[in-house]
Amino acid sequence: MAQQAGRRYMRAFVSGFFVAVPVTVTALDRLAYVARVEGASMQPSLNPEGGSDCDVVLLNRWSVRNYEVQRGDVVSVMSPKNPQQKIIKRVIGLEGDFIRTLGYKNRFVRVPDGHFWLEGDHHGHSLDSNSFGPVSVGLLHGRASHIIWPPNRWQRIAASLPPNRGPLDDEEEEG
Amino acid sequence: MFRSVLGKTLGFVGYTVQYGCIAHCAFEYIGEFVVCSGPSMEPTIVNHDIVFSERMSRQLCKIQKGDIIIAKSPFDPNMNVCKRVIGLEGDKVCTSSPSDLFKAHTYVPKGHVWLEGDNLRNSSDSRSYGPIPYALIRGRVCLKLWPLHCFGSLSESPTRRIIKARSDSD
Repeated sequence: MAQQAGRRYMRAFVSGFFVAVPVTVTALDRLAYVARVEGASMQPSLNPEGGSDCDVVLLNRWSVRNYEVQRGDVVSVMSPKNPQQKIIKRVIGLEGDFIRTLGYKNRFVRVPDGHFWLEGDHHGHSLDSNSFGPVSVGLLHGRASHIIWPPNRWQRIAASLPPNRGPLDDEEEEG
Repeated sequence: MFRSVLGKTLGFVGYTVQYGCIAHCAFEYIGEFVVCSGPSMEPTIVNHDIVFSERMSRQLCKIQKGDIIIAKSPFDPNMNVCKRVIGLEGDKVCTSSPSDLFKAHTYVPKGHVWLEGDNLRNSSDSRSYGPIPYALIRGRVCLKLWPLHCFGSLSESPTRRIIKARSDSD
């Protein structure tokens, strides 16, 4: 009797396993992902205290399935310097924009096709496009939409460009 | 009557979701079938060939020099390119063409790879757009499936552009 119950349990476990694992993996790849933010490069928007209590954000992967982002979005991308690491930064410029850089090898940059310009909110403490240049849109991983931990910091992350950090308007050319 | 229809519909939806997720996991983590177009990898891969590209090497970061890989195009994330890896990060690659008098070399930066097509005369690759980030690679081509008379693994690079490191014992 016990052997029959044991076998039934094993069969139920194996069939449940083959449902749960692919569904979970697909959901994490296509719908949403949860990630802990480490480092100070996005202060004061994320991790304002730094130290031990790191923010945990919800990354929306469904909204970037067609690689559509807006200026001011906080996004996670696969790092061009380390393929196993993901970095969270803000989108400052899209393809075709002219950007005045902060510490890049060229003073002004036109973002090439299929690329975008990322910057951390904490200039000077951030490894972003100002060090490695425009980032290919193919590296886009997800859009950080909400902060979900710690509970006193539950909020929607707004898409807003920091002051004075946006694409340059070419007014002279519109004449 | 209504309950049985509802039950059958829910069962159908459940099975579709389950098998869809299994298919997604297979294509993302095991391998996928790719139809190649374009002349940039001739004679190794010609137009309308079907190849199988496996994903495990990319997930475990075990792509090596000389592998043929499928990567997302750096200029259009919806397009894929199929090229051979000529250099990994830290490797020395030759940026001048064979007909130039003076040879120019560069080192591949950290986290990037240098790609070239086998058909050097008709391929737009790292010689024009520079090294691409490793994370844009999708998979490694390991088997050619169509046409059937060419079934099997793919040959080594015919171009001899891969510079072997002088100190191979480290």
